[in-house]
Amino acid sequence: MDVTPETDRSAASGGAGKAIFTTACGVVAAVAMCLAGFALAIPMLRGGAPLSARFAWDSFHGEFHVGLDPLSAFFLLPILVVSPLAAVYGGGYLMAYRGRKSLAASWLFFNLFVAGMIMVVIARTALVFLMSWEIMSLSAYFLVTFEDEKAEARRAGWIYLVATHLGAACLLAMFLILGGRAGGLDFDAFGRLAVQGPVWSGVIFVLALVGFGAKAGLVPIHVWLPEAHPAAPSHVSALMSGVMIKMGLYGLLRIVGFLGRPAPWWGPTLAGVGLMTALVAVALALHQRDVKRVLAYSSIENMGLIVLALGVGLWAWARGAPAMAVLAVSAALLHVWNHAIMKSLMFLTAGSVLHGTGERDIETMGGLMKRMPWTGAAMMVGAVAITALPPLNGFVSEWLMYLSLLKWGLATNGGGLPALLAVSGLALVGGLAAIVFVRLTGIALLGSPRSSAAAHAHESSVWMLAPMAVLVVLCLGAAMAPALLARLLAGAVEQITRGADGAHAARELVELPLETLGWINALVIAVAAAAAGGAAALTRARAMATGPVWGCGYAAPSARIQYTGGSFAATTALKLLPRSLRPGTSRTAPRGLFPGRAEFLSASPDPVTSRVYEPLFEGCGERFSRLRILQQGKVNVYLGYMVIVLLAALAWAALRGVWGPS
Amino acid sequence: MAQLLDPILIMALALNFVALGVSRIKGVVNAVALQGILLGFLPLLVHPEIHPRGILLVVVTIALKGYVIPWFLLHAMREANIQHEVNPVVGYMSSLFLGAVGTGLAIVYSSTLPLASEHAEMLFVPASLATVWTGFLMLTTRRKAIMQVLGYLILENGLFLFGVLLLEAMPFLVEAGVLLDLFTAVFVMGIIIHHISREFASISTEHLSELKE
Repeated sequence: MDVTPETDRSAASGGAGKAIFTTACGVVAAVAMCLAGFALAIPMLRGGAPLSARFAWDSFHGEFHVGLDPLSAFFLLPILVVSPLAAVYGGGYLMAYRGRKSLAASWLFFNLFVAGMIMVVIARTALVFLMSWEIMSLSAYFLVTFEDEKAEARRAGWIYLVATHLGAACLLAMFLILGGRAGGLDFDAFGRLAVQGPVWSGVIFVLALVGFGAKAGLVPIHVWLPEAHPAAPSHVSALMSGVMIKMGLYGLLRIVGFLGRPAPWWGPTLAGVGLMTALVAVALALHQRDVKRVLAYSSIENMGLIVLALGVGLWAWARGAPAMAVLAVSAALLHVWNHAIMKSLMFLTAGSVLHGTGERDIETMGGLMKRMPWTGAAMMVGAVAITALPPLNGFVSEWLMYLSLLKWGLATNGGGLPALLAVSGLALVGGLAAIVFVRLTGIALLGSPRSSAAAHAHESSVWMLAPMAVLVVLCLGAAMAPALLARLLAGAVEQITRGADGAHAARELVELPLETLGWINALVIAVAAAAAGGAAALTRARAMATGPVWGCGYAAPSARIQYTGGSFAATTALKLLPRSLRPGTSRTAPRGLFPGRAEFLSASPDPVTSRVYEPLFEGCGERFSRLRILQQGKVNVYLGYMVIVLLAALAWAALRGVWGPS
Repeated sequence: MAQLLDPILIMALALNFVALGVSRIKGVVNAVALQGILLGFLPLLVHPEIHPRGILLVVVTIALKGYVIPWFLLHAMREANIQHEVNPVVGYMSSLFLGAVGTGLAIVYSSTLPLASEHAEMLFVPASLATVWTGFLMLTTRRKAIMQVLGYLILENGLFLFGVLLLEAMPFLVEAGVLLDLFTAVFVMGIIIHHISREFASISTEHLSELKE
């Protein structure tokens, strides 16, 4: 599997001109595709009539049916916003590989990936949906394994491929059940199938939860995310984390929409899965060394929060409290948009750091704020947004989540104690997320460099900085205009809770002081900007003296006496977390008056991978290796197997003809 | 014309036994080629009101099955310098016996199938099953790769017999599928023969087990 230098060189023979041409083609195609999509998505979000188009598709005995409704448009918007930004960024990012790797394949799969996601949200038959789903999943695989000369990338790609196809198998079964009961694979036919019976709709719901949950990264089927995101090029991670994992949510919502009124156990199940996902993921994010792994776990955590809010929505709907359902679903959907922009921003800044230092390990970073000021500032904004601190956009949607959980917990005939306990769970997640991102930004951006790579970091090109700037502006804008966003997503909320009382959609949200919240955010942002600007002006006006940091009187301070990422998280990670989520550590403490060599090692593999999946798959592998007997290596024997199966099938058919029910 | 059908099918069945009972590879190639030519004429007899496209298909089928592929195989035979299947897994007499049993079972079995009434009286389905069985027998019991190619061709002939029945229902699909299969088979087997004879200086597939993991 190893790529020899010869093939590398031949793949890249063509020089810089060709690489730039390839990149330009790829970027322009992606940007044009998304700009064209805006023309359809924006009118739909502003309350347009649903669109639909059908074409005959004889070779598949069906129709090629696509359509656009508020739910599709809602999920289409992040694709259309993030993809062109990721494309422009990727243009700058992949230039580093010019001459070493062929960029053409990467751009082909990037465009296929974006097109696949767009097709997923507009597909209106199961066949088109599944084909688009596969196009999306497979092109993501090729993007993840871009650096296929690295064993790590191949392993990540393999895990991703297995996880995504286990999910797809569930989806296939689910669509077959739906199709069998509806008598067709068209989504319209599914929609007419309002009453399924509790057993079948439960089966469909569970299959959808597992199948789409694998894509959305719900614990315990999240294991591909922390592998695939670090391995992929950063603009691809941004797109996967910001947008692709949301496709799992889209699918879940689309299917729930076919099933009519939710059963009473669906909401609590979803909420429980969501809360568990958020807690486990944020705990694991706490002690990862790889910046992109931290971000991947943070994505899982946020998906957990969104699913928690959706669960509350279904729960309230099933109990006949439509206003609560609308509030919770709005919180979830608003967080989908917010997370799409802030997580893309974080991955782009992480990519910029990787580009500038060549490192993903935060223990080798430090002091990057001085050397990469723009990237550092963007990362700070993203971190504030993602930890849901005011005045940024993450705060708005998490505030809505708290509000919906509290209201639902206190409502008569509401969620009661479990919902109120979930509030404390949410608070714990928020607190841990704050530690995670203080650690990430503090260790990476502040202090002094811990390695020569960090000391010689360079700021990225404008092609990479501009998309980050756009995302920063979007984060700020989303924080200042939550009422506008709420109006845009009202259509999707109404469609999801259609079975509940849809008329509440607009009213309930207008009752919330979203306008006021937007103004407060704007005010705080303005004050913060003014303070920062003023400080910058003051320091520029005066002469600044620089000197060493006071090292508590220690005579020979070095960068190594700083807090490390490990030591910063140690108290929380080793004392607070349950044993199964702690990092594995081993130490040889210094002893005696003249201590010898001392060591401290810590590793944080994903506990679900290392304790569940690896033993499981190894066990299966051992059992099945006994079947090697069948592999004789002789053509005759293999053909003999075929003859035996054929004869058995014929005999079965014949006997059925003789004895069977005629 | 329809009265010619059964004699042709019986001849095709007889050629199955020739292929099973002969050790000279050239003889088997000739039998398979003759079988291919006979089968190639069948569409004309089954569907007399034939279109120009149908005639083209008949011509192509006969050319491929009767001339091109046998020529290719004879060429491969000369290249690899082999004349006989020396040591089959199952001997010639036993092969003939198994072939006869299979043919009998095919006739019995096809009488139990729920066939369309106009097909039930003809020998098509039993001939098809028996030919497929013969093909499988050759594939599993012969060691020389070239004999296995011939077995595969006989198997394809059996499938072609079925295809002729479906010619009216889905003409193009059946024909294209059959011809494509043939092409692939010869292509792949040709490569295998080439590689086996180059690597192991013999074209017995027995040595393929050295490639086993």
